[in-house]
Amino acid sequence: MIKIEKLHKSYPIGKDSLHVLKGLDLHIKEGEFVAIMGSSGSGKSTLLNIVGLLDGHDSGNYYLNGQLIENLDEKKAAILRNKFLGFVFQSFNLITYKNALENVALPLYYQGMGRKERNERALHFLDKVGLKDRADHLPSELSGGEKQRVAVARALVTNPKVILADEPTGALDSTTSHSVMELLKEINREGMTVFVITHEEDIAEETDRIVRLKDGVIISDEKVLKKSKV
Amino acid sequence: MFDLDRWQEIFQTISKNKLRTILSGFTIAFAILLFTLLFGIGNGLKHTFEKQFAGDSQNSVYINSGSTTKPYKGLQSGRQIQFRNEDSKFINEKFSGEIQFFSPNIQRNMQAIYKGEQNRYNVRGVYPDYQPLESAVIQDGRFLSYIDIKRRAKVIAIGRLVEEDLFGAKSALGKNINLDGISYKVVGVFNDPGGDNDERYIYAPFTTIQGMYKPNDEVDYFGLTFNSKLSVDEALAFSNLLTKVLKEKHNIDPRDQSAIRVRNYAEGTKNVQQFMTVLNVIILFIGIGTLIAGIIGISNIMVYIVKERTKELGIRKALGATPKSIIGMILMESIFITALAGYTGLMIGVFALRALGDSLEKYFIINPSVETYVVVGATIILIIAGTIAGYIPAKRAASIKPIVALNDE
Repeated sequence: MIKIEKLHKSYPIGKDSLHVLKGLDLHIKEGEFVAIMGSSGSGKSTLLNIVGLLDGHDSGNYYLNGQLIENLDEKKAAILRNKFLGFVFQSFNLITYKNALENVALPLYYQGMGRKERNERALHFLDKVGLKDRADHLPSELSGGEKQRVAVARALVTNPKVILADEPTGALDSTTSHSVMELLKEINREGMTVFVITHEEDIAEETDRIVRLKDGVIISDEKVLKKSKV
Repeated sequence: MFDLDRWQEIFQTISKNKLRTILSGFTIAFAILLFTLLFGIGNGLKHTFEKQFAGDSQNSVYINSGSTTKPYKGLQSGRQIQFRNEDSKFINEKFSGEIQFFSPNIQRNMQAIYKGEQNRYNVRGVYPDYQPLESAVIQDGRFLSYIDIKRRAKVIAIGRLVEEDLFGAKSALGKNINLDGISYKVVGVFNDPGGDNDERYIYAPFTTIQGMYKPNDEVDYFGLTFNSKLSVDEALAFSNLLTKVLKEKHNIDPRDQSAIRVRNYAEGTKNVQQFMTVLNVIILFIGIGTLIAGIIGISNIMVYIVKERTKELGIRKALGATPKSIIGMILMESIFITALAGYTGLMIGVFALRALGDSLEKYFIINPSVETYVVVGATIILIIAGTIAGYIPAKRAASIKPIVALNDE
C-alpha cells in the first residue's frame, strides 16, 4: 500500500539546509496498523507529511497504492489525497463554523457528491464513531475526544485506502486517548490500513507494528507482541 | 458557477463569518453611498444653474444706451446717447447674417383699467420678433403681427398674471383694456417660463407706442437673438463688434463703458459653462478619490480575510480541495459580497437623494439625482477591484503547501 525507497528530505534554513530524512526504506502492506515512533525532531512528522502528500520529497521513490508519486502539482495531489488518504490531526483541524455533520461531509463535497447523499453518508460515519446525536453541534460544543472522533469520521467518509493519524491522542487525556485508539483498532480490524505517528509508548503498543525513527533513519522495525487479554 | 452546492457552501461561509462579511460589505456600501450622494449633489447644483438660465433665450443680446463718461472727438462727456429708428435699420442691415430675431423696444409704466379693476404694468412696444426673444408662450389668441405694426393697431398681448389680476377667472381675449386713457383690444394671453415678473408685461405694437409717446423716432433699447449656430466665442465676438460699430456711429470713445451697454447672455452662458466644467472636474476628482479609497479598503480586507483563513484553506486542501476550487470559492464570496453591498449602498444613496428632493433648494441644489449608468459603472469597478484584490492573496493561499497552511495559527 505504501512503499518508500531511499527517501530523502531536507529543509532550507537560511543558507544551510536541515537534512531531516536520510534515506528511509519502508513498506506498509494493506490492512496493517503501524505506529511510527520517535522523539521530536526525529523526522516522523515530515515522513507523515510526505506520505500524506502534504509535502514533497527531494529524492527516492514513493509508491502509494502502487502508483509512483512524482511531479505532483497541487491539483493532482489534492485529488489523490481526497481519493486515497484520510487525515486525523493532533489539533483536530475541524472547520470551526461548520457543525460535526458538515465537517464530516466536506471531503465528499470535494468529490462532487450530491448534498443528500453526502449528508446520509456523513451521518452513517458519525454513527459509526458514536456521535450521531451530536451531528448538529459545532466543534466548540464538543469535547476533545468527540472532536477527534468527528475527525476520524471525516477521515473515513471517503472510504480511503490509508488513514494517516498525526499524534491523534496528543491533545487528549489517557481515557479518551484509549477510546480513540480503540476506534482506530476497530477500523483496522475492518481492513483499513492505519498509519499512526506518536511519541507515546503506550499508544504505540496498541498497534501491530512499531517503526522507530531517530535522526532521520529507521532504527528498529518490529511486530508488537500481543498481550493476551484477560 | 451556478452549482447550487457551491453557492450553499458560500452562503454558509458568509453567514457564519458575519464580522468579516459586514466589514468588507460596509466598506463597499459606504464607498458607493458616498459616491452616489456626491454625484447626486453635484448634479443638483448643475440643475440649479440650468434652471437659472432658462428664463430667456440663451442666445439673446440686449443693447441699452446711457450717457458718455469720456470726452471724444470734441464732444463733452455726460452726453446722453439716444437710439433711434435709423439704429434699428443700421443693426439689421449690418448684421443680417448673425441676427436671428430682432426687435427695438420702448418700455413705459402705465395704468391699466378694466371695468372696476386697475393696476400698473410695464407696457412694451415691440415687434413680433420679441416673442421668441422673451421665450413667451401664447396660451390664448395670438401675439402681435406685422399687420398690427403696419396699421399701428391698438391691440395688446398680455401676460397670464395681467389677465388674472384684471379679469379674474374670465378670459380677457377680445376685451378692451384702458392704458393711460387709451383703449386697447386684447388679442392674446401668454405665459413665460421666466416666472411671475415676465408674466406681468403687456406687449403692444412698437409703431403704436412710438407714435404716441416718442415723437422723434426714439427707441429705448434693442433686443435680439443671434443665430444659434454661432459658438459661444463667435457670439461674444459678434456682440463685441456690434458694440464697436455702434460706438463709432454715435461718436463714443471705444473705452467708454457706460454710453452703450451690450448685454450678451452668451457671456453668462460661457461663465456658467466654465463653472460647470470646474464643478464637473471637482465632482469627478472626489468621485474617483472615493472609489480609490473604496478599492484600497476592499483590497486590505481581502488580504486580511485570506490571511485569517489560511488554516481553514489548509484543512480544505488536506481534504481534497484543488487550488482552483479554493480560488473560485474566495472570488465568488468576494464578488457576491461586493455586488450585494454595492447594490445596497447604491439603493440607500438613491433613496437618500430622492428623500432630499428639493429640500436643499436654498443651498442651490435642485433635484439631486444620479444617472444609473454612472453608479452601476462605479459598482462594477469596485467589484472588479474586489475581485483582483481577492484573487492575488487567494492565489497565493491556494499555492502554498497545505502543511504550511495547516501550521498557520
